[in-house]
Amino acid sequence: MKEQREHHPPSWAQRFVEWYCKPGLVEDLTGDLHECFERNVQSMGPRRAKLIYIIDAFKFFRSYTVRSSLFVNLFTNRIMIGSYVKTSGRNIMRNKLFSFINILGLAISMSVGLLLIAFVLDLRSYDRFHKNGERIYRITNVLTSKSEDGGKFASTSIKTGRLIREKVTGIEEVAIMRNDFSGDAKVGDNILPIKGFWAEPSFFRIFTFPMVEGNAATALKDPYSVVLTETAARKLFGNQAAVGKTVKIDTLAYQVTGIMKDVPFFSHISFEALVSLSTAEQINKGDNHFAAWTNMWSNSVYILPSENADMAAIRSQLNALAREENLAEENTKIQLELLPLYNIVVGESLRQSEGGPGFTGPHVPRVVLWILGGLAFVVILSACFNYTNLSIARAMRRIKEIGLRKAIGAGKSQVRLQFLAEAVMISLAALLLSFLLFLVLRPVLINMAPEMQRTVKLNLTPAMVAAFIVFSVAVGIIAGFLPAIFFSKVSPMSAFGNVSSVKMFKHLTLRRSLVVIQYTVTLIFITTTAVGYVQYKNILAFDLGFKTANILNINMQDNKPDVLMKELSEMPEVTALSRSLITTGVGNAWGGNMKYKDSRDSVLVMTNHIDENYLPLHDYKLLAGGNFVARPVTAQAVGEVIVNQQVLKRFNIGGNNPEKAIGEQITLNGRKMTIVGVMQDFHYGKVENLIGPVAFTFWTPEDRAIISARIQSSDMPATVARIESIWKKIDRVHPFMAEFYDKAIEDAYSEFSTMIKIIGFLSFLAISIASMGLFGMVVFTTETRLKEIGIRKVMGASDGNLIYLLSRGFLLLLSVSALIALPVTYFFFKIVVLRNFPYHTPVQIPELFVGLLTVLLIAFIMIGSQTLKAARSNPVAVLKSE
Amino acid sequence: MKGTNLGEFEELVLLTVAALINEAYSVAICDELSDHTGRSVKLGVVHAVLNRLEEKGLVKSELGEATKARGGKRKRFYQLTMQGKAALVNAKSMRDELWARIPALVWKKM
Repeated sequence: MKEQREHHPPSWAQRFVEWYCKPGLVEDLTGDLHECFERNVQSMGPRRAKLIYIIDAFKFFRSYTVRSSLFVNLFTNRIMIGSYVKTSGRNIMRNKLFSFINILGLAISMSVGLLLIAFVLDLRSYDRFHKNGERIYRITNVLTSKSEDGGKFASTSIKTGRLIREKVTGIEEVAIMRNDFSGDAKVGDNILPIKGFWAEPSFFRIFTFPMVEGNAATALKDPYSVVLTETAARKLFGNQAAVGKTVKIDTLAYQVTGIMKDVPFFSHISFEALVSLSTAEQINKGDNHFAAWTNMWSNSVYILPSENADMAAIRSQLNALAREENLAEENTKIQLELLPLYNIVVGESLRQSEGGPGFTGPHVPRVVLWILGGLAFVVILSACFNYTNLSIARAMRRIKEIGLRKAIGAGKSQVRLQFLAEAVMISLAALLLSFLLFLVLRPVLINMAPEMQRTVKLNLTPAMVAAFIVFSVAVGIIAGFLPAIFFSKVSPMSAFGNVSSVKMFKHLTLRRSLVVIQYTVTLIFITTTAVGYVQYKNILAFDLGFKTANILNINMQDNKPDVLMKELSEMPEVTALSRSLITTGVGNAWGGNMKYKDSRDSVLVMTNHIDENYLPLHDYKLLAGGNFVARPVTAQAVGEVIVNQQVLKRFNIGGNNPEKAIGEQITLNGRKMTIVGVMQDFHYGKVENLIGPVAFTFWTPEDRAIISARIQSSDMPATVARIESIWKKIDRVHPFMAEFYDKAIEDAYSEFSTMIKIIGFLSFLAISIASMGLFGMVVFTTETRLKEIGIRKVMGASDGNLIYLLSRGFLLLLSVSALIALPVTYFFFKIVVLRNFPYHTPVQIPELFVGLLTVLLIAFIMIGSQTLKAARSNPVAVLKSE
Repeated sequence: MKGTNLGEFEELVLLTVAALINEAYSVAICDELSDHTGRSVKLGVVHAVLNRLEEKGLVKSELGEATKARGGKRKRFYQLTMQGKAALVNAKSMRDELWARIPALVWKKM
């Protein structure tokens, strides 16, 4: 061979030939195949040679090559399956408790698996409706910057798109899209708030969004054209034809150039309208920054490489392009990467610009899927353990059956198949039940979080049903695997001999360790829930440094707050009112650059614009100075600032002494300001963020407004309803957006509550499955030891003695589980979870042990009730039957 | 069994086995046939035919020495049996007889 590397034919195909071929023929046949393969490697390359090898391996499957016993086996197996089903059915019916525990346990755990399968399949169906979907990529910007946090962004600059179009070869289409187009569309008296994108004509060539009316090639060409979705058009125009008509969106008039089908649910971009990108270009004509290389915050660029394009070449062209552009930049370096369309929804988490509207659509990091999958797997495994354990525990009763089967000629493989068939039958029965559970749980899961509703539907599809069945069979095989192996090894001799001497007791360690694993997992689940819940409550009750109780935040949504303020101040329930730019403490942020004496030392500080009533209303603690003195009405006139201690510390203003800092001058966003007050540090961001420097400046009517109203009322919902009716008078178009501060904080941590709900639910399942398994085990062990108990009683053992004797083993197993589970959970929280929360409360003993106590209690009730029953049994009745 | 009559392809294979003398194993036979008949001959077909011929007792086979090529697998070499030889001779003489019966006139007309 010329090449260094030697190629081998696919080994599985070789093994396949060896498996079916007659022993006499196998050697020269495989030799011939090998010789042809070597020849083909030379003439056609290894890949085709392998393919031909595989095809030939199947072609040689002929009547004269195949072992005769193979056919006989297949044939008998076909016949035997009927018998397996029949005996399995009888076994299931005969052992009702055993079947009940297994079917119920498997059904409960499988319902989780079904939900997860449905969830994953839904996520995988995202964006599959695009004809060219496999070829579409989105540009990812990788930013490294001296002045701000870098990272991977889903957005890029308009310039990137233009440069790719001009310079990069091998690309069929480029579509630049600018997001956050929104406004109130107005047709006659009809007003509809509308959201969408600015896009180019190429948008329709890359994506498959069919047009109902209008020409897709030209619809997005001219400035001030808009394409509406069918629903938006119907809402605006009713049943009239919309194409060619004019829509006024905010202050500008647009011509409707097309109507397109509504965006499918499973699309990572969703919109009601598309406006031609040339519009944005015209509006921003004089602005050099608009298409600058570093203005990468609100555009996305999609590319469609030509068929059979060399992706490596395109990537290197992109790198070269980025390198050239970066030369002109001093502080910023941007790399361009390609993200396949199908990896947008499930894939790497990308950043978005701070404060900008979210536009990336639904997204689930792959890690989350793996974690959920892992958790579901653990729960399902726990149910499988039940099956394994109970089957082996019952071995005594079935060993004679197996012995007889073997004696009349059953081979190992047939016994194995029988037990697998039995397990699969049980798991299929469980599938029916778990499907019902799935239908019940589906709405619960979808309504658990608003993100869920936006992301998945979990509707049944044929693929889903097929996946369910495959899944159920797989679960059956996993559950039945160990029993099948165990029973197939039973020798008929020992089965007919002394049954109790059968080596099943060797498997005690296996069973014990399965129980320990099961309980360890259960305990970890339940303790995690308890600890997580306590931590979550602590976060909600966390002292942010200001008061949030009974404060209603009303988002004015571009309306001037004056009218509403006046109306509110007349309501007796409203005790205080203030205005601010944003709501803090829930993850919102507004930043500015602050400098002190050293003009080169600039720091990003978090800011908010507030009026004079804001600090007293929220009960902020002032360490020095006082509230704003001046009441400027334009942003230009603002000259006072209230800062927190971190600002003093960062710039060392007044030697860290609040009193001395009053009157000092700082520069905020290029404007000189005087410090008039110093606040105690408080949580501007969420609890997981470290407290950083914060500066408050005066709110002016030029800002957007959020009205905070402190409400004192015995009937909160009625008061809120009254405020809403006032809102309707002021703004007929936009829905009332108001939320109590405490609720907003709760929402800000909704991902934690979702997580706790999921883990809590899983731990509930785990505990019920493990308990059922334990129950089954106790029932079977006490049953097998009934005679021993009878003799012990005759000899004078008391009930207490017997209960201790019977439950000792189980309690020992539980303690081992607890010894593993509790430290694991504790360190998991201490090292992994709470590390992300600098201001957390430590994990306390009570929440660690509450789970253990619950599990122990349930286990004890089950063990106790059964052993008590056995201990109370009349020895005469037990001993006389033989 | 279909008697000792040879099929067309069987005859070709048998002839090749005879022609290759000591080198008659499946792949070589396959190559030889492809070269001389000009049709693409599949290994699987040759294999099946050799197997059938052996069943009819026209050829016999034995495994050769192991070599480094072929993944260390031995070749199965085929040899004509007396019956095989007889079958070939029989087939040839039958044809010759038939040829001899064609009057020369027939060829000229065509």
